[in-house]
Amino acid sequence: MYRWGMVIDLDKCTGCQACVVACRQENNISFAGEKEAKLGRAKFWMNLVSEVKGSYPNVKMHFLPIPCMHCDRPPCTKVCPVAATYKNPEGIVAQVYPRCIGVRMCITNCPYTVRYFNWYEPNWPEEYQRGLNPDVYNRGKGITEKCNFCIQRIRRAKENAKKEKRRIREGEVVPACVETCPSEALYFGDLNDPKSQVAKFSKSRRAFRLMEELGTEPKVYYLKEGEWDEGK
Amino acid sequence: MRESEAIAQKYHKILSPLTHMRWPFLITAGLLSVIFLWSFFAFAWQYVWGLGVTGMGHPMSWTLYLVNFVFFIGISHAGTLISAILRITNAGWRTPITRAAEVVTVFALAAGPTNILFDLGRSMKFHWVAIHAQFKSPLLWDFTCIMTYFVTCVLFLYVLMIPDIAILREQFPRRRWIYQLLSLGWSGTEKQERILKKASAFLCIAVIPVAVSVHTVVSWVFGVQTQPMWHSTIFGPYFVAGAIYSGIAAIILVAAILRKVYHLQDYLQPLHFNNLGLLLLTMTLLWFYFTFAEYLTTFYGGGGDELAVFWAKVTGKYSPLFWLMVLFCFIIPFPVLAFRRTRTILGTSIASVSILIGMWLERYLIIIPTLSEPRLPYARGAYMPSWVEWSMMAGLSAGFVLALLLFSKFFPIISIWEMEKEDQEKTKREP
Repeated sequence: MYRWGMVIDLDKCTGCQACVVACRQENNISFAGEKEAKLGRAKFWMNLVSEVKGSYPNVKMHFLPIPCMHCDRPPCTKVCPVAATYKNPEGIVAQVYPRCIGVRMCITNCPYTVRYFNWYEPNWPEEYQRGLNPDVYNRGKGITEKCNFCIQRIRRAKENAKKEKRRIREGEVVPACVETCPSEALYFGDLNDPKSQVAKFSKSRRAFRLMEELGTEPKVYYLKEGEWDEGK
Repeated sequence: MRESEAIAQKYHKILSPLTHMRWPFLITAGLLSVIFLWSFFAFAWQYVWGLGVTGMGHPMSWTLYLVNFVFFIGISHAGTLISAILRITNAGWRTPITRAAEVVTVFALAAGPTNILFDLGRSMKFHWVAIHAQFKSPLLWDFTCIMTYFVTCVLFLYVLMIPDIAILREQFPRRRWIYQLLSLGWSGTEKQERILKKASAFLCIAVIPVAVSVHTVVSWVFGVQTQPMWHSTIFGPYFVAGAIYSGIAAIILVAAILRKVYHLQDYLQPLHFNNLGLLLLTMTLLWFYFTFAEYLTTFYGGGGDELAVFWAKVTGKYSPLFWLMVLFCFIIPFPVLAFRRTRTILGTSIASVSILIGMWLERYLIIIPTLSEPRLPYARGAYMPSWVEWSMMAGLSAGFVLALLLFSKFFPIISIWEMEKEDQEKTKREP
């Protein structure tokens, strides 16, 4: 069984937001517009938050890409009254869009605030309409959506591997954010495979996870900034 | 039926709202209906455009509708519970207020969960909560408890009204068909009396644990979540105490209004308001105790996340509401209720209005600041309800009052048969 996980090297992240754009493109995330975004209606399955320290010329910036943490003990799945969200056998916390009735308790119980709600019917500028990804389920107004590690890509890779009667190879499938990152700060793979890059990185001295004290056991690992080690 | 004629004569004041239709009633009912119907338009608007027409956003995804949900369930708490406790303890003064209290419970309980319907992203799929039930979700526990409580309370109200409906059946030939149906052939035989006594005794015992469980589980909807200042073990009793607090206030207010409007001075006497006022005073102190305990433990031992919410409430952007809550829930009602001289009908009514406002603010302050200060210091929210949400709140409140009003036009708001029974017992004791 696979156990998908992600590693984000904060030292390599330049804050370019390419991951955010790629994610929107891959997963047909609708546009909120500036006005609505200010009211908190924008959706960022992959969100890049930044912190600015000091003032010019002594400025220090930190970036933190935040996808869904895909917790091993997710607080969001158990609170859904209609079982519209669950952790699949490969560890991905998935949302069943047609089942979701928009109670939003999963949103309030997510300590990472990475679940997003469709406040309106999805909307794109006309030029984008033809560029929508046909592999992604269309989400209407009134339901919750979230990062799913580009599950459509994983499914396709699994089908291919099954045809050839083998396991998915390292690097054969990556989510859009990982694929696009120009500084290669993002890694994706099978945490169950001890030889995979993510498994090695997750045991690195630099590795940490967000709010580990909550016991949610996230599968997204971060590598600390400003410290180097040999382990690759 | 000469006997029922005599009773109707004796209690004509209680029955007069059923026989007379005057202008003030029509105007009030008309106004309330307009507000009530307006909320249907608001709901349709929200249904067509999506929840974006509310003031909600990321991360403020549970707001005014949830506040009203908790508030109305709270209001529903005192009525039947108090009625049951007073019946079990055989408190003699209870008789004229129990019916009104039970009615408040039933309609508040109908109003509360309606808010969840407004709050759902896909309201028309509400029944999926029953069809695709996932029992690990606190919302499902809630659904189960509220439904049980609702059924019990409707039964409670209805069963104890059957003898009165039988009186009405004789008195109102034009509405006879409906009263005939509802009276279940009550003729006051000894056997029927015995069954009624048994049924009411059973319902009295059954409703108490159900009532306590309902608001406890409502509190768990927040208490079991991992969010700062929600995740608190005190929430169960805190919510139950708050619910009884606001519920008694609602009963006092309703009783005072009914007394004035329907000229029921003979039945609802200062004694009743004094006794209810004392009960309210106890709850005022209990509310203060719980609130103090909750905030002190957070302040003293809370981590950074908890304290962020704490300070947002106490000195930050929610501080005006917080201190208003303290004013309305404690500083105003406490002295009014503490002194015998101010514990009059007017005094307890003023304290009740203050408490109702205060308790609504309390619900608001429990739900909203936590969501606006989540653990990760990046998603920050501000929230201002939109016209849609205010309309729904106004419509729901109007609907609640309208339901009470219409009820009082079809059924006696004071239990006639119990008054009569008490009267007979009194004459028996003092020949």
